[in-house]
Amino acid sequence: MQTTSKNRLNALLIPLFSILLGFIFGAILMLLFGYNPIDAYSAMLMGVFNSPYFMGEAIRQATVLTFTGLGFAIAFKAGFFNIGVAGQLLAGWVAAIWVALSFPDLPRIILLTLSLGAAIIAGAVWAGIAGALRAYFGTSEVIVTIMLNYTALHLTNYIIRSVLATGNTTEIVGENASLRVGWLTTLTQGSRINMGLFIAIIVVILYWVFMTQTTAGFEVRAVGLNPDASTYAGMSAKRNIILSMLISGGLAGLGGAVHGLGTFGNLFTQSGLPSLGFNGIAVALLGLGNPVGIFFSSILFGVLDVGAGFMPNRAGVPDEMADIVIAAIIFFVGANYVIRLVLDKMQSNKTAEKGGE
Amino acid sequence: MAQTERVIEMKGITKKFGEFKANDNINLNVEKGEIHALLGENGAGKSTLMNILSGLLEPTSGEIIVNGKKEKIDSPEKANQLGIGMVHQHFMLVDKFTVAENIMLGKEKHNYGFMDDQGAEKDVKDLSDRYGLTVDPSAKIEDISVGMQQRAEILKTLFRGADILIFDEPTGVLTPQEIDELMDIMKKLTDEGKSIILITHKLDEIKKVADRCTVIRRGKSIDTVDVKSTSQQELADMMVGRSVSFKVEKQAPSPKGPVLEIKNLTVKESRGLEAVKNIDLEVKAGEVLGIAGVDGNGQSELIQAITGLTKIESGTIKLDGKDITGKKPREVTETGLGHIPEDRHRHGLVLPMMLEENMTLQQYYQKPFSKNGFLNHGKIKEYAKKLIEEFDVRTQSEESTAASLSGGNQQKAIIAREINRDPALLIAAQPTRGLDVGAIEYIHKRLIEQRDNGKAVLLMSYELDEVMNVSDRIAVMYDGKIIAIVNAEDTSENELGLLMAGVPLEKAKKELAGKVETDGKERATVANDE
Repeated sequence: MQTTSKNRLNALLIPLFSILLGFIFGAILMLLFGYNPIDAYSAMLMGVFNSPYFMGEAIRQATVLTFTGLGFAIAFKAGFFNIGVAGQLLAGWVAAIWVALSFPDLPRIILLTLSLGAAIIAGAVWAGIAGALRAYFGTSEVIVTIMLNYTALHLTNYIIRSVLATGNTTEIVGENASLRVGWLTTLTQGSRINMGLFIAIIVVILYWVFMTQTTAGFEVRAVGLNPDASTYAGMSAKRNIILSMLISGGLAGLGGAVHGLGTFGNLFTQSGLPSLGFNGIAVALLGLGNPVGIFFSSILFGVLDVGAGFMPNRAGVPDEMADIVIAAIIFFVGANYVIRLVLDKMQSNKTAEKGGE
Repeated sequence: MAQTERVIEMKGITKKFGEFKANDNINLNVEKGEIHALLGENGAGKSTLMNILSGLLEPTSGEIIVNGKKEKIDSPEKANQLGIGMVHQHFMLVDKFTVAENIMLGKEKHNYGFMDDQGAEKDVKDLSDRYGLTVDPSAKIEDISVGMQQRAEILKTLFRGADILIFDEPTGVLTPQEIDELMDIMKKLTDEGKSIILITHKLDEIKKVADRCTVIRRGKSIDTVDVKSTSQQELADMMVGRSVSFKVEKQAPSPKGPVLEIKNLTVKESRGLEAVKNIDLEVKAGEVLGIAGVDGNGQSELIQAITGLTKIESGTIKLDGKDITGKKPREVTETGLGHIPEDRHRHGLVLPMMLEENMTLQQYYQKPFSKNGFLNHGKIKEYAKKLIEEFDVRTQSEESTAASLSGGNQQKAIIAREINRDPALLIAAQPTRGLDVGAIEYIHKRLIEQRDNGKAVLLMSYELDEVMNVSDRIAVMYDGKIIAIVNAEDTSENELGLLMAGVPLEKAKKELAGKVETDGKERATVANDE
């Protein structure tokens, strides 16, 4: 019992510590280059927290990150490194816009359900390819998902130019397909915050229920922690690889739909892979795979991302500094992960020796 | 040993890891030319002590005197310089290199930077002749027997000028004949003036070869005794700290109908070679069938085939009258199989998961542990608590991770999980590997209990003692085939040893009969066979 509560404390301390170290590291760097870190950070935070509009924007950003973060996390729990979250997000974005543009006259509830459903399926299929290849041929999911990222990028651009539009941008979807809600927009003085937030909160709860309360979640965890013992106990490793990758991609695809139907309302050609995909990985690591942790990590990243825009004007600090802070936080989370492994190992060794008869 | 000359004197060695004292004021004296056994249960602190002596760890306090001089051994190189060498349990050899290359490793013989293979092989030959350690210097490690690999490992230590050799559990991977050879080698080495520290928890080996024995229990040195004047029972009691029984108490078996029926079974291993070759085997209700054999003769593949973990090439397997050929592990488990796997960490437990989750690793999807896909954590906990109590699994709580338990308690947890499902057939593969006498006693009792309840037990073990003590019948596997099935009561260690080396039963009997002309006791055993 003692160890459980200690672990819980560790689980909270490590990300908080990493965040603190990340900010300190950023501050040192700013000092070295002759900037004032206090000005920079206060510009960043005040910029966001003093304005309902930018608060809304930060939360909007966090909403999408929650989906990609949860998507990455579930595959990670099952023992896979789904680096293709960005590509799966694109797949979902395309599918959602495509459906929304194809059936503009359907009632809102039906059209939204269809669009979001299509996005989930598109993301799931995109990740499922990597899952199936891994399950049946033992192919590395890391390499396959990286390649699928670029396939998704170029396929998206092709679909925009040749199928959905003539130029580089599709039409804006109708009111029926938008995730925006009037009162939220008004509350945040016209920001692009949308219903995606509520969907994200529901998904956070569902994710927790799935992982801790269902037999399927139990299998995913067991297979992720020890595939051999799970196979010996009668679980199917193949089935769980594919299932976890399908859910992972489905979540990323849903994030893409929220981005498409909530943030932009359309789809446009991309010059590179959306950073929301990769930041999802960071969010999942900072949240240590815990759904609530991922939600709060997403909000932090949203604030950092949106707040960074204030640093050049108000403090004369280039907004790239915010990226450095983000990178430093991720670095310390990563380093902490290693430290934690070492700590855990030492603790368990000690208890094992102590427990000996 | 009239004139004693101390080569090693370890005084008051204490080693702390945090709060935990792995070694607590241990004293050890080794005299020149003796074989000194270091006896203790797993986790007693033997390895820590030897790691200190070989420079891998530094003691928290205490002093080491080598050849009468106080030394600080702060690195393996230093230990080397002092003539202390370790023969590792897991050989430190490069598979693709020849014996000579391995022995020279790091001290290669060369002419102006060019390898001098012939010179190296000659040096190795000289060395091996001197100590009677037969090796083929030009053979690659991967092509030679385990026994020869070990000899290469010993030569490596000697080549580096070791006068004090530490043997770390050297017999685990050897056949009985190879063990005898090793014992001879050790005696020869001491005749040549070397001193040997033998780390082991096998009492018969100590009785056979050691001069003195230091017993370590829970980090403390209990006593150093003269082996000749101490019985195995006394040694065991000292090691465990209470009186232990060796003999597995059991009544005569009353076997009934067959539970496991294997016909013409062939299994290929991962590289596509046949590992199990056309085997027929039957295990009856109410008996323990032991499978003896040297590691790597198809035992693991046979078990994996029965449990559904590996594909079957041809043949049929029936469990409890039902055909389970080619069925998935879960279907086999549900038909009535319990499996204590060979590697408990890799195959038996999900170490980072809670004990209660591990206890229901096969049953979580069944009522009452879940309903409509949702887990019932309350029932899982209740069940785990019951098993922990019933099988005396020592743990802080059912929420502790499986990793936090000691080896013996991890194994108890697996046994609890497997036996409590009341399977018609229980497969126990190496169920006591790495465990100490107390835990072994407990596990053997549980296996026999299962048999007495009218269940079938299939016991696979590389430990001859275990197979002979627990089994009713023994099937010996060699090169993928069952070379003989003998009654445990009628066989002898020597006979099994020969069978394990591939000698057919008739020939083995003849060979032993020839030898026993001089040994009346053994003749009696063989006569019983006829």
